Amino acid sequence: MTLLEVSGLTVTYGGAVLACEGVSLSVDEGGSVCLLGANGAGKTSVLRAITGLLRYHNGAVVHGSITFDGRSIIGADTSKLVASGIAQALEGRRIFRDLTVSDNLRAGAFSARDRSREKRVRDEVLQLFPPLAARLGQAAGYLSGGEQQMLAIARAMMAQPRLLILDEPSLGLAPLVVEQIGASLREIVAGGCSLMMVEQSTALALATTSYAYLLENGCVTHHDRTAHLLADERVRASYLGTSAGQAEVAAVTGEKAR
Amino acid sequence: MTTFYQLLFSGFALGCVYALVALGFTVIYRSSQVINFAQGSLLALGAYMVSWFAIDKSLPFGLAVLAAIGVCVLVGVVFQRLVLRWVAGQPVFVIVMITIGLSIVIDASVSAKFGANPRLLGDPWSSSAVHPGGVTLIWAKIWTIVTVFGVLLGFFLFDRYSRYGLAMRATAADEEAAMAVGVPTRRVFALAWGVAGAVATVGGFFLATFPNQLDPSISAVALLAFPAIILGGLDSPAGAVVGGVTIGLVEELTKGYQPAHASWLGTNFYVIAPYVVMILVLMVKPYGLFGRAPVERI
Repeated sequence: MTLLEVSGLTVTYGGAVLACEGVSLSVDEGGSVCLLGANGAGKTSVLRAITGLLRYHNGAVVHGSITFDGRSIIGADTSKLVASGIAQALEGRRIFRDLTVSDNLRAGAFSARDRSREKRVRDEVLQLFPPLAARLGQAAGYLSGGEQQMLAIARAMMAQPRLLILDEPSLGLAPLVVEQIGASLREIVAGGCSLMMVEQSTALALATTSYAYLLENGCVTHHDRTAHLLADERVRASYLGTSAGQAEVAAVTGEKAR
Repeated sequence: MTTFYQLLFSGFALGCVYALVALGFTVIYRSSQVINFAQGSLLALGAYMVSWFAIDKSLPFGLAVLAAIGVCVLVGVVFQRLVLRWVAGQPVFVIVMITIGLSIVIDASVSAKFGANPRLLGDPWSSSAVHPGGVTLIWAKIWTIVTVFGVLLGFFLFDRYSRYGLAMRATAADEEAAMAVGVPTRRVFALAWGVAGAVATVGGFFLATFPNQLDPSISAVALLAFPAIILGGLDSPAGAVVGGVTIGLVEELTKGYQPAHASWLGTNFYVIAPYVVMILVLMVKPYGLFGRAPVERI
C-alpha cells in the first residue's frame, strides 16, 4: 500500500526560483526509498515540500499533489505532520547543541503520535543507538559527529513516525560510523517504519533503501531498484561523473552481489 | 553599618525589579533574537492597569494585579499572533522597528487615557515599614523581594521541567530544527510574549510602589535594566537575575556612598555607575556573565 505519494510536484522559492518541476515519487508502507542527485538538484526542496518546511524558506508548492496515508498534506503545519506520522532529521544534524541528549530526545517527542508511550519509545530508540544511552546528561554539542547524527535520527524516532525522512545522514562521517547508522536504519525499516532519504553516499543508499529516484536539475530522470539504478551507466555518468566514483559504485555493487 | 544594611536592602529590592524587567527582555530575545523595545511600555501598561482595576474598578488588590497581568499577557500574545507572525523570517532589524512602533502605541494610549499626572497605585502598603535594628524595611520592598523570588522560581521550574519550557529552549537553540521535530514554534513565540507581558506587569507595578510613584516616566526604566541584561548575557534567564540584582546593588550603594566619599565624581553619578560596570564586564566577558559562547566540540 502506498503511504506517501508525490505527483507532479513543482516548487519555487520567492515565486521566482524554480527548485524542482513535475517530480513524482512514492513510498510504500514499510518501504525504503532513496533520492539521489548532485548538489542543487532539488532533493532538499522535495523533502521540504513533504514536511511543511517550505514556507519557512519562503518557498511554495505551485503545482502537483502530495498525499500521506491518502490525505493531501500540502500546506499542513510541520508539527501537525509530525503528529500524524512524518518525522525528519535535517541535513547537517541540527541537534540542539546546548540541550542535553535527554532533552533533545524529549523535544523529539513533543508532537509524538502517542505521548503516553514516551518512556517506552525512548528505551527502544536508545537500543537502536546504544552510544547515546551513556551520554543522556551531556550537552549534545559535545557528542562526536557520528553520535550527533545518531541523536538527530533518534530524536526524530521519538515521534513514533510511520515515515522517517532523512537528509544526507552520512554527511561528513567516517565509513565505519556510516555502516553503524546503516544497520540502525535497517532495523528501523524492519520494525515497520517507512524510510525516505536524500543521500550522496552510494554505500548507505545501497545498504538501507530498496528503491531509488535520480533527480537532475529539478526533475526525476531515472528511477529503479537502488542496486539497478546505481549500476546504470547513464546514472553513473550523470550523478557521479568521475571515474573514481565509478570505481566506488562497482566495488559496492559487487560486494552487494556476493 | 545601619546605612550599609539599609542600602543593601533597597539595592536588593531594586535589583529584583530589574531582574524581572531583564527576564522579560531575555525570554523574547532567546526565542527570536529580537530585543523587544516595547518591554518598558508593557511595564507601564501593567502598572497603570493595576491602578485602574484597583482604584477605578474597585477590585480587591490581588484581583487587580491578576487582571492587569491578564491584560498585558493578552497584549503580548495578540501582538505576536496578529503582527509579528507575518514578519517571521524578516531581518531582525524589521522586527525591532515594529517593537518600537508598539512601544509608541502603548505609551501614547496610556498617556491619552491616564494623563501625565502621578496616579495612586492602590497597593495596600503605601509607606508602612518595619524597623528591625534601626534599619527601615518598607513593606512594599519586602513584598517586592518575596514576589519576585516566587515569580523567578516559577519561571525556572517551568523552563527546566515543563514541556513548553523545553520547547522554548529548543526553539531558542535552533528554530528550524525545533519546527522539524514537531515543536509548534509559533505557539512558543506567543508564549514568550505572554511571559514577557506577565513579568512586565509585576515588575512595573513594584517599580511604582513607595517611595516611587506611578507616572508615564516608568516606561523609561526598561532602559535602566539594560545594563542588567547585557551584564548577565542576553540569552540567559539566570544571567538576567544576577545582572539585575548586581545593577540594583551598584546603583543604590553608589547613590548612598559616592556623594560623601567621591564627591569629585559629581552628583547623580549613580545613574551612570551601572553602565560603567557593564562596560567593565563586557571587556572581560563579551557574552556577559552567563551568556553562552556556543557549545562546540573541537
